[in-house]
Amino acid sequence: MKSLIKIAWRSLWRNKRRTLITSASVFLAVFLALFMRSMQIGSYEMMTDMAVREAGHLQIHKNGYWEKKSINYFMDYSNEIKREVESNPNISIAIPRMDNFALASYGDLTKGVAIQGIIPDMTDDRINLSKRIVKGRYLKENDTGVVLAEGLANYLKIDVNDTLVLLGQGYQGISAAAIYPVVGIVKFPIPKLNNLMMYMHLDQAQETFAPYNPDLISALVIELKDVDDLSEEANILNERIGFNYEVLSWEQMLQEVVQQIESDNAGGIVMLGILYLIVAFGIFSTVLMMTVERRREFAIMVAVGLNRSKLAIITLFETILIAIIGVIAGVIFSVPVLQYFHHNPIPLTGDLADMMLEFNYEPIMPFSLESFIFVSQGLTVLLIAMGIAIYPMIYAYWFKLLKAMRK
Amino acid sequence: MGSIKISNLHKVYNESKVPVKAVNGIDLEIKQGEFTAIVGPSGSGKTTLLNMVGGLDSPTMGDIEIDNVHIGSLNSKELITYRLNNIGFVFQSYNLIPVLTALENVAFIMELQGIPKDERNKTAKELLEKVGIADKINDRPGELSGGQQQRVAVARALASKPKFILADEPTANLDSKSTSDLLDLMQQMNDEYDTTFIFSTHDQRVMEKARRIITIDDGLVSSDILKN
Repeated sequence: MKSLIKIAWRSLWRNKRRTLITSASVFLAVFLALFMRSMQIGSYEMMTDMAVREAGHLQIHKNGYWEKKSINYFMDYSNEIKREVESNPNISIAIPRMDNFALASYGDLTKGVAIQGIIPDMTDDRINLSKRIVKGRYLKENDTGVVLAEGLANYLKIDVNDTLVLLGQGYQGISAAAIYPVVGIVKFPIPKLNNLMMYMHLDQAQETFAPYNPDLISALVIELKDVDDLSEEANILNERIGFNYEVLSWEQMLQEVVQQIESDNAGGIVMLGILYLIVAFGIFSTVLMMTVERRREFAIMVAVGLNRSKLAIITLFETILIAIIGVIAGVIFSVPVLQYFHHNPIPLTGDLADMMLEFNYEPIMPFSLESFIFVSQGLTVLLIAMGIAIYPMIYAYWFKLLKAMRK
Repeated sequence: MGSIKISNLHKVYNESKVPVKAVNGIDLEIKQGEFTAIVGPSGSGKTTLLNMVGGLDSPTMGDIEIDNVHIGSLNSKELITYRLNNIGFVFQSYNLIPVLTALENVAFIMELQGIPKDERNKTAKELLEKVGIADKINDRPGELSGGQQQRVAVARALASKPKFILADEPTANLDSKSTSDLLDLMQQMNDEYDTTFIFSTHDQRVMEKARRIITIDDGLVSSDILKN
């Protein structure tokens, strides 16, 4: 086997320029593919990360809440559920939350706001809200104040230490009205959030919207340690807590994100396919030339006693070696480049940035360094090379000895 | 052992179109240790006969029996193994593997036979010494002259310890000095190893060295002279 590899390797370098050009085309394709995939996967990771930060891996609601999004479908954060969640070794954190809508008013101005009743520390650990504070401070434990998004505060012309009036509907039709001091203003890059969000302590939200049901929450946001199979994990959890509740994964709740990723990914794969098709023709033309110009040599080797299967292995090695040279060079060159962009994502400006913001994403182009990107691209090129090697291998098995010797 | 019996051998090309009878009923017996030249004009059927004896081509009719093995009964895989272990080839254009050194070219045949590395390298070196190019063992064919390449080809042919060496116009591309040296060498090998040498040739110098001269004309043996 060693000498078969030796013959294959040396045969490649009989025509150095041709081998280098072919390997360079593989290198370029691998580099472009890695760059493209890293950028795509990086974007998906950002989208997924934002989705998970917002929605958790799973959420437990009262059955029907996600469809109706009504306060009447809020649930009790009961001791049974607490016990179930605490005893599940795969759950890293469970955060109760109350999401609701109300009218916020200051002076003559009124606006509909999205209220999130949160446990400040637990929420901050996940979405770093405190780092987005631009004025005042973040919520504390037992805080009675609220934090407003900057756009909302600007609209209401309200500032820190002013008092906000809140008016809305509470649980089971009661009126919910309260006044809150504004303790902080938070800024989001995403306009939709920046113009809409208001945060208060969960206890305050419960007191305002469900004064007679102190354990009421809209959702229990769950983060998992092992996220291999979210739907299976959701099913298991649902079985354990009972079917008065629904356990939904972020993929079920944020289907538009999943669809966006899937459609973009499909487009990326088509582009990769075109790229690899071009490279495949490049490799094939080299392999074809290497086969045709050595027909006599192959015939002599078989004539003196080389088994055709071994000759086929030599041709397979040759094709794979061309690909391996290109793949290794492509990966070696890509790693530092992608590492740089991973740590320094490309900032987007202009219309593209606006579009990203409209879709609730930060206007950056992040890059992923997930090992599967490198492995999958490397394997794809190797598989293409193996597919191409079928031609010389078939030739090695079936060529007519005497005819080839006369070439 | 090591004899070749050829009975009523025919080879017809283009059977379906315009048939060309390259070999037209040859009967021959070549014994072990012979140093035989097959001569005849171009197109007389020498190379075709040699190809069939070497298992590179199959007869249209007739039989070739080598040490009780009927070549025609072997499938293509068996033929490769048979050639590897019984027949050495020396070609007009040397046909060494260009990416291997002289030593590797000779050792490669033994590797195919499954001989361990140390043993095959030792034997290859000895053979290359015998053919007179001990100082060129690490050169690739492209770095050797025609005569030197043909010497390596002879060493390669001998490496598998074959019963027969079939040499198709081995001197056609060599100058007189190289031809004379090569013939002396092959004769020496023939004496030393008792290996049967069969040449197809036009070369008068080869005919002079040969101990038996078989002349073929129009695919038939027209004369068979055994020299004393």
